[in-house]
This record gives sequence, C-alpha cells and structure tokens, in this order.
Amino acid sequence: MSLFRRPSAEPLWRDEFSVFSDDERYVSRRQFAKFLVLASLGMFVGNLWILVRSWFTRQTVYPTAAIAQADEVPVGGVKLFLYPTPKDQCILVRTGADEYAAYSQKCTHLSCAVFYSAEHGRLECPCHNGAFSVRDGSVLQGPPPRPLPRVVLERRGNELVALGLKIQPEAQHG
Amino acid sequence: MAEAPQTGQNKGLTAIDGAMALIVILLLVQIWLLTTTLETFLAGYWETALPAAIVSGLILAACVGLYFFIDRIDFEHRTR
Repeated sequence: MSLFRRPSAEPLWRDEFSVFSDDERYVSRRQFAKFLVLASLGMFVGNLWILVRSWFTRQTVYPTAAIAQADEVPVGGVKLFLYPTPKDQCILVRTGADEYAAYSQKCTHLSCAVFYSAEHGRLECPCHNGAFSVRDGSVLQGPPPRPLPRVVLERRGNELVALGLKIQPEAQHG
Repeated sequence: MAEAPQTGQNKGLTAIDGAMALIVILLLVQIWLLTTTLETFLAGYWETALPAAIVSGLILAACVGLYFFIDRIDFEHRTR
C-alpha cells in the first residue's frame, strides 16, 4: 500500500511499472516528486525538533561558581576558566585595578578560541581575524555575526564569582 | 516556421515539470530556513524557532499540494 496513492482499479505494480514507454516519463517524474516531498517533510521535522529543543532549553539555570581570586590576575592579565559546564571554556580579563570582564572563549563565527590582545586591548580570534571589544564583547571587526556571550560576574570579598551567561543581542555593525 | 502543436501528453509533462521546479525552489527555501534556524538556535536565540517551524510547515503543505497536482495530471494523461 502506498502513501498518497490515488484509489485505482489498477494494481500498484501496474501504476509503478508501466508497460507503455510513454508512461515511463510520468512515472519517473511522479516518483521524483514524491522523493522531493519526503525531503521537504524531513526539513519540517528538523524545524520541529529545533522548536522542541528550544522549549526545553529556555529555562536554563546557571550555576554560581567562584572562578578566581581578585588579586590573582594582574591588570591586563587573563585567566581561563570553565563555565557553566566543564566543556565551556571562558576567559577572564582584568581591564583595570577593579575592573574585570569575562566572556565565553568560543568565537561566534566558527568557535575558535579567542585570546586577549593586550597590544590592541581587545579579544581576537586567530582563525579569521575577528575581534571583539573587551568592554562589552561586541564585534569590532571580521566575520563573527554576534557578540561574545558575557559571563555575569560578582565580586564577593576577594573572590570573583560567575553568576550566569548573558547572550548578548546582535549588534548592527559595519 | 510554426512549431508543432503539443499533444495532450506533452502538455501534461510540461505542467509536471513546472510543478517539480516549484517544489525544488520551495525545498531550497526550506533548507535555507532549517540551516539558519539551527545556526541561531545553537547561538542561543530561540525566538526564531516557532515562526521558522510554521513557515516550514506551510512550505511542506505547498509541496504536498503540488504533489497531488502532479499525481492528478499523471492520472489524467497517462495512457490507459
């Protein structure tokens, strides 16, 4: 039994394997069209899967984690840490005597690890020359489409604590 | 020189070819929609997931409609 098959007195094999050569052109086109529709169904299922995943990931709860001692990093220095999971590498930059900024280390272009360039005072991606502002993570140059996700920091005594990850809105640049 | 008039069967084939071209265009749009939605979802933006799924469903409905059109033309024009 075939899906979408028109009710017919003819058996299925006669519909699909015609003895008339002229009909073959119709059969091959119909079968190819069926394949295209199935591919379209696959795309739709993919979109539904993303929709379901987005419903389940919407309420992300980030852990609170101490990431460094305040005096551990010199001014202009950096420290790498893992947050919010042990698979997510982040970078902490001390930009002033009492100023710290932390971002995900994954470039928003193709996920290369960004590094802090003290010379230029910005975060740079070595793969495609992307650059991000160390002040707010916004894109300064290159192909990255979005700012770096920012790690929300709080100073508790001499300890720097990560409270969450802030996905920043896409900035218009160019 | 005038072209020979199309036979009924050739007209049917032309209609089917046109419908198939339309399905291919819709499919390309759907592929683009899926990749961009996935890209934005992985970047942490989930606002696009619902409208993308709705549009993708509409495109699927259009493809199914065109398939039924092809099936009808096929049924009407094939040699019996």
